[in-house]
Amino acid sequence: MAADDRRIPEDPTPLIGAPTDVAPLTHAPPKPPHERTADEEADGIDWDRLAASERFRNLLKAKRRFVIPATIFFVVYYFALPVLIGYARPLMAKPVIGPLNWAYLFALSQFFVAWIIAALYVRAAARFDKMAAGVISDQHEQE
Amino acid sequence: MTPALGMFVGFVLVTLLITYWSARKSRGASVYFAAGRRITAWQNGLAVAGDYMSAASFLGIAGMIAFSGYDGFMYSVGFLVAYLTVLLIVAEPLRNAGKYTMADLLAYRLKPRPVRAVASLSTLTVSAFYMVAQMVGAGILVSTLIPALHFSGLSGFTTSVMCVGVLMIVYVVFGGMLATTWVQIVKAVLLMSGSVLLSVLVMKRFGFSASAFFNSLTSITSTGPAGPVTQNFLDPGLKFKNPLELISLGMALVLGTAGLPHILVRFYTVPDAKTARGSVVWAMIIIGVFYLMTTFFGFGAASILGPDFIKAHGGTNMAAPLLAQALGGELFFAFISAVAFATILAVVAGLTISASTSFAHDFYTNVIHHGRERRPGEEVRVARIAACVVGALSIGIAIVLGPKVNVAFLVGLAFAVAASANLPAIVFSVFWKRFNTAGAIGSLVMGLGSSIALILISPVGVFGPAGAIFPLENPGILSIPLGFLGAILGTLFGREPRAEARFAELSVRANTGLGAEQATPE
Repeated sequence: MAADDRRIPEDPTPLIGAPTDVAPLTHAPPKPPHERTADEEADGIDWDRLAASERFRNLLKAKRRFVIPATIFFVVYYFALPVLIGYARPLMAKPVIGPLNWAYLFALSQFFVAWIIAALYVRAAARFDKMAAGVISDQHEQE
Repeated sequence: MTPALGMFVGFVLVTLLITYWSARKSRGASVYFAAGRRITAWQNGLAVAGDYMSAASFLGIAGMIAFSGYDGFMYSVGFLVAYLTVLLIVAEPLRNAGKYTMADLLAYRLKPRPVRAVASLSTLTVSAFYMVAQMVGAGILVSTLIPALHFSGLSGFTTSVMCVGVLMIVYVVFGGMLATTWVQIVKAVLLMSGSVLLSVLVMKRFGFSASAFFNSLTSITSTGPAGPVTQNFLDPGLKFKNPLELISLGMALVLGTAGLPHILVRFYTVPDAKTARGSVVWAMIIIGVFYLMTTFFGFGAASILGPDFIKAHGGTNMAAPLLAQALGGELFFAFISAVAFATILAVVAGLTISASTSFAHDFYTNVIHHGRERRPGEEVRVARIAACVVGALSIGIAIVLGPKVNVAFLVGLAFAVAASANLPAIVFSVFWKRFNTAGAIGSLVMGLGSSIALILISPVGVFGPAGAIFPLENPGILSIPLGFLGAILGTLFGREPRAEARFAELSVRANTGLGAEQATPE
């Protein structure tokens, strides 16, 4: 037994007997990238440092500034519909344009509001993508 | 051969060709489970739409609007707005931090085995309810639409269920996610063209005058229990008398979609989070246009055919095909019937692959075998066997339950479980540092348990409308808060330093895509 074999600390293979008897566990071939588990991929990246970096904190702040108000707005706007047609039925049944009443027009507006919020999000997200690319390039510099 | 049977056979041949082509390309787990993550944004948008717009939404909503007017249209609104939850909150973190299933995201910083076991149980439950509902619907529809389809000695219902079931197993087992995706894309294109044509024919009947169309809806006569009644179909309240019912339904739709496992797995088939976002936007355009068109063919069926005629010729689900027959003759009827058939097949294939992926990846590999494959390719092989078992079971259950089972009950349950069990776990694991394994299990168990319990004692449950203890058909209004409560209480009772320590990593990954799964090279 060569003495420097003992420097592999994680290998639980007993170092007695002929070295060819058993394949040491640490000598398994590396997994292809799409087979790796999260734990195995975690090595090498200092996640805590990245999470605390100013660029990442700015990204989170920018995302929150868009996503939280947008979510509150669409939830309130959407649930206004069942609440109003449930509790203010006579008002909602009043015709506005020809036979079309408030209930139908409000329901119709939901489609366009949903599309507008989606479009605004896509525009804002292009900015988030740039900020995220900044965080990732920090990581590569660190390597 | 009737035209309907001919078109049905044509569609089956096209999908089998797709499956053959996918099977030849398929190698490796990431191709089988996630189509190699090489689907583009518009393709995935169409596939999400094809995965989502079930027979319940095409035939069911058309029928509901034809019978209850405006209240049926409320479903259409909820089905689209739901995608804002997917777009703003769920799709990108899921793509960035996961691999094949919803549980991947939860297992990131929580204890993987218990979390995956419960998440897999919830995925299988949602898929099972949804799938049995679709299979029973398929049996009823296909046997009505294509009466020529039955083998000697078997009823049309049994034959149809078996045909649909065997086809979905073939797609999933041989073609995996790639074949499923393309079947869904073909279906979405067929469904959209059928709906556009139907809407145009409806408007042609009214001389393309919107005012003539909407005016015709203000007085629609149908025969109620107390003789003929004339109602304004644009008025709300013809179906939902209890306002809480509307709110509860809205909650289940808007929050449930973002927790449906077969929708969530679609976001793993694209190369990155940016494409996932793009595919939600494409899906929102397609789904939105489709549900806007329910105005024309749903209300159109009410105005042109009238509820009594539809009731006499096969019931609510037949509204759209009957309208096609009245406006476009036998050939168009055949086309719409084939579209309905394609619709069902694409949805059940999506459900089968998400259920078998969750079983193989979450339960078999990660819970039983601690995340290691004993032999290369084992996970895919287990998934293929699981797909056969899932398919065979749902064929069996659908045939045993028969055409009389209440399908709406099962679909409502699937959305309620997805919203109450899955969504709190997903949201908290990405956005709440303190969240831990006890919280995830709390939300999954509490959400699953309360949805099932509440729906069992509801008017559509075991006691019927008369003996119901819980007054609403949809349990969302109570079960969703209970799911979130379960998550919060579970979290506060447990302390898990490892979960909190790994929050930084999950947060960076989910928000930047650093270290996310890559597309496999061609």
